[in-house]
Amino acid sequence: MAELEHAQLLAKLDGSCRRPVLLFLISAVVWLLVGSTLALIASIKLHAPEFLANDAWLTFGRMRTAHLNSVAYGWAAMAAVGVLLWLVPRLTRAPLRGTRLLEGAAWAWNGLVAAGVVAILTGYSTSVEWLEFPLPIAMGLTVCFAVVAGAGLDALHRRQVDHIYVSLWYLTAVMVWFPVLYLTANIGIHGGLLSGVAQAMTNWWFAHNVLGLFVTPIALATLYYVLPKVIGRPIHSYYLSLVGFWALALFYNWAGLHHLVGGPVPMWAVTVGIVASMMMLIPVTTVAFNQHMTMRGHFHLLRSSPSLRFVVFAGMSYAVVSAQGSFEALRGMSEVVHFTQYTVGHAHLGMYGFFSMMMFGGYYFILPRLTGREWPSATLIRVHFWCSAFGIAVYFLALTAGGVQQGLLLLDPGVPFLDVVQATLPWLQARSWAGLALTVAHIAFAISVAQMVLGLAPARGTPTLLAQRVTSQGGAA
Amino acid sequence: MIEPRTLLLGALATVCFSLTGYVLVPALGVETTPITLENGRAYPPVLSEQAAQGREVYRDLGCVYCHSQQVRPETFGADLDRGWGRRGSLPVDYVGQQPPLLGTMRTGPDLADIGTRQPSETWHLLHLYDPQLTSPGSNMPPFRFLFDEVEGHDERALTLPEGTVANGVSVVPTARASALVAYLQALQQPPDVTGSSDE
Repeated sequence: MAELEHAQLLAKLDGSCRRPVLLFLISAVVWLLVGSTLALIASIKLHAPEFLANDAWLTFGRMRTAHLNSVAYGWAAMAAVGVLLWLVPRLTRAPLRGTRLLEGAAWAWNGLVAAGVVAILTGYSTSVEWLEFPLPIAMGLTVCFAVVAGAGLDALHRRQVDHIYVSLWYLTAVMVWFPVLYLTANIGIHGGLLSGVAQAMTNWWFAHNVLGLFVTPIALATLYYVLPKVIGRPIHSYYLSLVGFWALALFYNWAGLHHLVGGPVPMWAVTVGIVASMMMLIPVTTVAFNQHMTMRGHFHLLRSSPSLRFVVFAGMSYAVVSAQGSFEALRGMSEVVHFTQYTVGHAHLGMYGFFSMMMFGGYYFILPRLTGREWPSATLIRVHFWCSAFGIAVYFLALTAGGVQQGLLLLDPGVPFLDVVQATLPWLQARSWAGLALTVAHIAFAISVAQMVLGLAPARGTPTLLAQRVTSQGGAA
Repeated sequence: MIEPRTLLLGALATVCFSLTGYVLVPALGVETTPITLENGRAYPPVLSEQAAQGREVYRDLGCVYCHSQQVRPETFGADLDRGWGRRGSLPVDYVGQQPPLLGTMRTGPDLADIGTRQPSETWHLLHLYDPQLTSPGSNMPPFRFLFDEVEGHDERALTLPEGTVANGVSVVPTARASALVAYLQALQQPPDVTGSSDE
């Protein structure tokens, strides 16, 4: 009987958030496809400058920027909000309210990102990194997020649980952090309050924190939820996960200024940025340790569970990309790799290898529960996983190696600049091939998702596994 | 047992802490007014109207995504040896800039002092029309859309290698191209600016 009641409760919670969550998650996939196309065009242009060169809207500076904003505010943010709105009712045991308003927010969000991308392509970008949307669009997105945060905090207020699970800590904090960051940065920078070096500092305070205090916490909330659910045992050290939370809250906030190492900014600010970047090793270690210890003895499940496979890949990327970022911030390292493709490789390991892979894991877990369907094809999931994993690995290795080479050549004034450019070209070509693999992965994923939401996938029964599930003893289960 | 209120206030406190350090303190503490040089001139100088329009072209085309505008100091990197500047950049160089186009990538070279390094208008126009004409092997895209092709002779026409365009056709820079070049020519960080008003 208890089991039945529990199932009924979950059905009620999932039902309360189904429409807005699906709307956010499906929109995100559309933006992922748009962003992948823009990315491929931009990538090819960097080694074939005559490609699509006759129109202003297709020029590299606009394509690259349209790519970043469509994947950051379309794919990443909408996927993150979708996952947040699904996790909150589950973790508070309170059904979501205001779903009509949330659906409106999702539609408005789509319209605003579309308007922003068109603005960039037609020359209305602000050219402030990560804040390229004109101010009215940014204000619209703030209102949409306020609706999301309002619904989330409302559920938190009506919670039916005594205990606040660590995932909910991260989600609650995001509902505070993102509006503060986004509003302050947009009003300060585009509202004419800041100029010169002060504006550049605010820019990087925001641009780094939008990763650390928006997408990272939502990805970690997903990890801490999906991992124990799939393998059926609690997080190894709950206490450690809370240490990780506060360490992230304290240190990530101050890490952004490493983006201005060697630049014309006050020395103290850059030094604080570097110190905070090194301190990030603490929260990252807690997550990596917790993931590994929780997974220990259950690694065989990676063979069968799609969610687990993506989530564990993402968790491992988090450890690698964060450790890399800490050392990249050091002055000696920055002297070589800042201003090079190395940074682009690092950024993609973070936003793709970590964040996007975590969201994919979330989708594989959430969508069957919201649509009442199973994933239609294990082959499509395999194509998605391997093209994603292979693509991001090639992407990262090519730009990391190419970036180090580029940086070392730049430090040698005897090497003419155009020779440096030539040296980077093979690495940039490799990156385009990697981008193609990622795009194939996204198409496979989009086909699966479309079949789920259009009702073409089989009704719920046995989950779609990548391999027959094997018990620890080795027998088939 | 931690209450949501504690959590919310804690989260708010951490972000306000860094907001104070990285937004408010610089906003109040970093110089925002031009300085007067020994020769009596104000620095940084106000851009001409045409150069200011060119800055907008630079912004809307996204030049900043491949070109930084910040010269590293003498002890850091090889910018000065490459001739990219005559000194390291200082906060005062960016006074009043909205946005400051510091950049984070050097797919192309730094442009903080390009007006000194490459003062020729003809060079810049040719380079924008087709980077291969001046910088063979460059991966900069051509900006042909900043130029008009007109029939017959035009005195503003670019001198292009034979066969680039059809016979009898002249390639003439648009107002946007001329403005962009005026901006690039105005990008200079003179060496006699040694400190800032704060020091």
